[in-house]
Amino acid sequence: MITLEGINRIFQVGDQQVHALDDINLTIQPGEYLSLMGPSGSGKSTLLNILGLLDKPTSGRYLLEGREITSLSDDEQATVRGEKIGFVFQFFHLVPRMSAFENVELPLVLAGMAPSVRRERVNVILEQLGLMDRAHHRPDQLSGGQRQRIAIARATIMKPSLLLADEPTGNLDSRSGTDVVEVLEKLNAGGITLVVVTHDGQVGKRAGRRLRMVDGAIVKDERG
Amino acid sequence: MLSRDFIGFSLSSVMAHRTRSILTTMGIAVGIAAVVLLTSIGEGVNRFVLAEFTQFGTNIVAINPGKVTTFGAPTGVFNTVRPLSLEDSDALNKIPYVTSVVPVVQGNAEVEGQGRTRRTMVYGVGSQFPGAFKFGVAAGGFLPDDDPRAPRAYAVLGSKLKNELFGEANALGERIRVGGDRYRVVGYMQSKGQVLGFDLDDTVYIPAARALDLFGREGLMEIDVLYAEGAPAEEVVAGVNRVLISRHGGEDFTVTTQQQMLDVLGSVLGVLTFAVGALGGISLLVGGVGILTIMIIAVRERTSEIGLLRALGATRQQILRVFLGEAVILSALGGLMGLALGIGGAWLLHFLIPAMPVHTPVSYILMAEAMAVVIGLAAGVTPARRAAAMEPLEALRAE
Ligand SMILES: Nc1ncnc2c1ncn2[C@@H]1O[C@H](COP(=O)(O)OP(=O)(O)OP(=O)(O)O)[C@@H](O)[C@H]1O
Ligand SMILES: [Mg+2]
Repeated sequence: MITLEGINRIFQVGDQQVHALDDINLTIQPGEYLSLMGPSGSGKSTLLNILGLLDKPTSGRYLLEGREITSLSDDEQATVRGEKIGFVFQFFHLVPRMSAFENVELPLVLAGMAPSVRRERVNVILEQLGLMDRAHHRPDQLSGGQRQRIAIARATIMKPSLLLADEPTGNLDSRSGTDVVEVLEKLNAGGITLVVVTHDGQVGKRAGRRLRMVDGAIVKDERG
Repeated sequence: MLSRDFIGFSLSSVMAHRTRSILTTMGIAVGIAAVVLLTSIGEGVNRFVLAEFTQFGTNIVAINPGKVTTFGAPTGVFNTVRPLSLEDSDALNKIPYVTSVVPVVQGNAEVEGQGRTRRTMVYGVGSQFPGAFKFGVAAGGFLPDDDPRAPRAYAVLGSKLKNELFGEANALGERIRVGGDRYRVVGYMQSKGQVLGFDLDDTVYIPAARALDLFGREGLMEIDVLYAEGAPAEEVVAGVNRVLISRHGGEDFTVTTQQQMLDVLGSVLGVLTFAVGALGGISLLVGGVGILTIMIIAVRERTSEIGLLRALGATRQQILRVFLGEAVILSALGGLMGLALGIGGAWLLHFLIPAMPVHTPVSYILMAEAMAVVIGLAAGVTPARRAAAMEPLEALRAE
């Protein structure tokens, strides 16, 4: 379970303050499927980054599975990111010199897992995503949809409990966008908590719980 | 993260920019090659000269007539330089620790035997010569321990001279002429080869007193004093000074210890090695700066990759190691290339100029490679720390 209490995020730009998140209170149950929509600059990415421990709130409390996260040390936060959280980015962020296989393997390598175990796990996930025949292609030899599916495989190879996607379909045509969303939903059906930031209403309304943000605040929280 | 994965990861980015990586490592390669090649030559020369100098052992003191200052000019205080005599040589035998004393007179003369003549080197020495210089007698014996002032006319042949005059035939007891005087051959020596350019095998050894007569000299050219292994050289030198000053009434001679010669040699080679080190050091420094530059560029280029790794759970420590590893791989590869170039060059040099003594000790190779690695570490620290210090989110957003 995720609990945010009174989260504020203020950016200092010159002598100007940008209140990107304004007193956010939010509880997310395990296995929930959330979409986060709202105008540009409303704070969606900022909220997602705080959920993913990539950014720290200026004030407020963040509890992940009952654990106070904001006071963890840098290394502890890195470990939590590695073990419990998966990220999917709009621009894929694959390492260009590495094959699809190696990109998916990366979190396991960072975690210090033995090569034989890694190979097994990567093969399983590539098989599930139908990317086995692309395993040894480099990212520049893959289509956008394939790249994003590789990125999803990488985000979930550590079996995290929380999957965060910031405009995962923003760079894809509608066909492969739908493919990618279906992959994410399949993972959610398997129990992972899924939060998707999107500008696409068609994508956003598929979620079981739909949040709308304006000027750093959550203004609508719909279910069903 | 496993060490092999660190290496694999760092290596993959080095390999991704093959040309750039090779060019970057060139500086280190040239530096290491220069150091290895030049130290190989230095060490080869060192060993060669040392072997030449010490084949007679290091416990030798040489006494020459005349006092020579450091600048090589006689002081002129003693207007009459008394020659070194056979009596002086005798007197030196009584100094503590001294095991043998060899008077030396050297010159050239015609040697005639079996109807053949040959112009060779003539050594007038004492009976203790073979023992003192670890020089073996092949057949017969060396010059007997006669009265040094009236020795019998016996001669000992060097191996080459023996072959030239007598071939395979037995020469013992045969008569020869040295500079017209008649001698009887009592032995011949084992082969010794060239020592500092002198062919000791193309030589005839006769008693020192007879050599003095032959060459019309008043005194010996040198007296070599051997002392017991491990004995204090200073005491031997002091003894020599005491005895000769009391006999000559002044210091009109020069005493040189083997150790002094080796010290001079060592200091010359030390200066050489230092110069080589400085030269190689400069190119290594340039190489290190090259690696530093390319690593700063690499960190900037791969900022978003650093952000990604942090998002995937990499700690700052891991980021630091990845980039440090990359710098070390670059410098270690440069080091290996340099070693190959340096050793290959040394080998080629030896192949082209066989007379050139070249030697590359394994310890030098290991030290050179270790040096390359240290340079890589030093050059990589700043860029790697910069990479590790990045905030994950800012790094991710960089394009
Ligand atoms: N690093 C930063 N420094 C300064 N201001 C920032 C920073 N990151 C975000 N902001 C500001 O915070 C506000 C929220 O930004 P955020 O990126 O969360 O918006 P968003 O809802 O994701 O917008 P978009 O839909 O365009 O991605 C914006 O006004 C933005 O300018
Ligand atoms: Mg955004």
